[in-house]
Amino acid sequence: MEASFYHTPGKYPGIFGWLFTTDHKRIGLLYLISTLSFFFVGVCLGLTMRLELIRSGMHFFSAQTYNAIFTLHGVIMIFLFIIPGIPSSLGNFIMPLQIGARDVAFPKINILSWWLFIVGGAIAVTSLFTGGGPPDTGWTFYVPYSIRTGTNISLAVFGVFLIGLSSTLTGMNFLTTIHRLRAPGMKWNRMSLFTWAIYATSWVQLLATPVIAITLVLIIVERFFGVGFFDPAKGGDPILFEHLFWIYSHPAVYIMILPAMGVVTDIIPVFARKNIFGYTAIAASSLTIAFVGYLVWGHHMFTSGMSDTARIIFSFLTFLVAVPSGIKVFNWIASLYKGSITMGAPLLYTMGFIFLFSIGGLTGLVQGALATNLHVHGTYFIVAHFHYVMFGGAAMGFFAGLHYWFPKMFGRMYEEHLAKLAWVFLFVGFNMLYFSMFVLGWKGMPRRYYDYLPEFNAPNLVSTIGSWILAMGLFIMFYNLIHSLFAGEKAGDNPWGGATLEWQTSSPPPTENFEKIPEVTKGPYTYR
Amino acid sequence: MNEATHIEHRDYTGAKLGMWLFLFTEIMLFGGMFLLYSIYRTTYTTDFHEAAKEMSVTIGAINTVILLTSSLTMALSISALQRAEKRRSLLFQAVTILLGLAFLVNKYFEWTGHIRHGYYPNSPELLAMSHGKVLYFGLYYVMTGIHGIHVLIGLGVICFTFILTVRGTSSSTDYIKLENTGLFWHLVDVIWIYLFPLFYLIT
Amino acid sequence: MEEKQEHYIRTKTFILVWAALIVLTAMTITAARMRMGEWSMLANLLIASTKASLVLWFFMHLKYEKKIFKMLFLIPIATLTIMIGFTFFDIWYR
Repeated sequence: MEASFYHTPGKYPGIFGWLFTTDHKRIGLLYLISTLSFFFVGVCLGLTMRLELIRSGMHFFSAQTYNAIFTLHGVIMIFLFIIPGIPSSLGNFIMPLQIGARDVAFPKINILSWWLFIVGGAIAVTSLFTGGGPPDTGWTFYVPYSIRTGTNISLAVFGVFLIGLSSTLTGMNFLTTIHRLRAPGMKWNRMSLFTWAIYATSWVQLLATPVIAITLVLIIVERFFGVGFFDPAKGGDPILFEHLFWIYSHPAVYIMILPAMGVVTDIIPVFARKNIFGYTAIAASSLTIAFVGYLVWGHHMFTSGMSDTARIIFSFLTFLVAVPSGIKVFNWIASLYKGSITMGAPLLYTMGFIFLFSIGGLTGLVQGALATNLHVHGTYFIVAHFHYVMFGGAAMGFFAGLHYWFPKMFGRMYEEHLAKLAWVFLFVGFNMLYFSMFVLGWKGMPRRYYDYLPEFNAPNLVSTIGSWILAMGLFIMFYNLIHSLFAGEKAGDNPWGGATLEWQTSSPPPTENFEKIPEVTKGPYTYR
Repeated sequence: MNEATHIEHRDYTGAKLGMWLFLFTEIMLFGGMFLLYSIYRTTYTTDFHEAAKEMSVTIGAINTVILLTSSLTMALSISALQRAEKRRSLLFQAVTILLGLAFLVNKYFEWTGHIRHGYYPNSPELLAMSHGKVLYFGLYYVMTGIHGIHVLIGLGVICFTFILTVRGTSSSTDYIKLENTGLFWHLVDVIWIYLFPLFYLIT
Repeated sequence: MEEKQEHYIRTKTFILVWAALIVLTAMTITAARMRMGEWSMLANLLIASTKASLVLWFFMHLKYEKKIFKMLFLIPIATLTIMIGFTFFDIWYR
């Protein structure tokens, strides 16, 4: 039996065999460690905010500091955790295995992507300590404030630019890989739906990210040269900034959620011992979401001053984009129906995903309707919505994937009871933390405020306590995973009895992935 | 098996596909700027019309011809390499670089000319002008500036392929690096094909 | 096994394309001098797009590439069209 990829010496000695590796599995793990580290920082920032907001009145921070905290929380969570999240770690590790390839199409560009991510992240973090201090504009960098503020916007924004370049190159790499490196017999309709999800996501990464790249460059140009594109005093239009910003940032949320949907689509057939219901519909809906996701960005700007025509069109299209997501939910439920179900941790996290994502998605419709949007825009309702879809959805899907592919990546099994205990804390804490925010937002509490009126005290207290319970859940979950890395039971090649290709090689896989490239003769979810 | 001897076979179509995908990202990058241009042109049609009179159609036309010719020489350098005509390929690559440099030199004189007249972002002369003109010049500098950076990068990459060709790393059996460089260079040309009429020919 | 490009374009073709590009450039300058009002923008864009198509089709070899390349190229074009088009829904109707 071949040695696993951990033991095969890299091209360079010691740690450099990892830092300059071209093995997609090692790169996936590099991303896993870095994105989870940034996640940890983001969580601490979130807990800090909730501590300030435990009760009305100023406690620990000035307003300025609070602004910097929520800006940093957003920038880290979005650009350094959830966007790269699943594609760069699980996608990198698992996708080539699933299509029967030995690596991605451009392994050197793959490691370059990781370095761009790290350097970009480092530059963004440096912006906290240099110049005018940490950015305080929110992660959305809206003009005119982002042009006028004395805080260190240019450096932060340049860091994000590099992170964006990392994302674009990963998208390009994965698209070429999936088009060119599938094993013999791996037709498009035999690919796993996780790979389909990565494919759709890669298109969004490729085409949308350059738009935020140019937008960020324009912020820097504006700050240094005062060109005037977004300055009404010079004839510019600040709403155009919002257009350019959201033309990327809306598709970006589909970069976040599509891979998570792919993860749960792979998990369900395995834990229900049943073929997926509606393979074609799920694959097609991934592509549809990616496409229609480009048509709805204006729904972030309903109150900004766009024309009524634009608002009506964007609202209509927003309702349309919910349809393919709904199709997926129905297919997942139908896949479970009359299946022989094992409620292992991956499936438990998957169920959590479906429930929380559905709540997030439905509340998105509340926001998508023009009349109700006026009421909830800029309130905690929005904050609750996006945490339900991004955290309860994408991150929960990430956790499901971490558990599901844990034995494949590390050759060991995590402890099942701890995983489920963690889930209980996560689920309870999550809903306390964020459902309260729906209530707060509906009652009118604005977002991004460092303080609030005493009438909002009770839900805020529930929310903060929820954040502690959630943090406990995260702690238990990561303790379990990290401890199992060293002390977990050794796992076989295929502990779940999965039918996708990654399970046909050893856990962990050898450097070349497969001793012999498999010849594929059937679909990815054939169990009976 | 050591990682160093990992993947030896090359995928010609895959490498080309990767480059085309990268070009798509460049189209989207410039697309953002073309979006701004189209919005402001529509909003300030007369001002754009007036401001464009400051542009020298002659220099713009010369630069257009320079870039179009450089695309020709680039394509010919690839053909030559495909036919194992190494020296001819090197000659055409060198001519492409020279043409690109000529483009940048022209741009330099153009820009300094405008700056001397006070037409640069935030200048007192410019701020005294109407809004549309301010935006026109803003777009002019940003778009031709970012385009110019791409020309410079392209020239750098062609210098690199020149060296590869000299060494024989790029040859009639493996010319994908030169071909992909050509694709990049042609896209830079295509972007200028649109910039030229949009800034110089709207009087 | 090394894949190779199957079709090499002849030098004569390249030179003809170049000549066409130069002629089109002259045409677009001439068209700009004519007073066409709103139509001049359209005329210029059409000529520019013809030039761009020639570069794409011949210099960039798209004519002779596999069908997938041609199909994929439509994707950024469609995306850009939507990006700019939808923004105009806002600007035009304010």
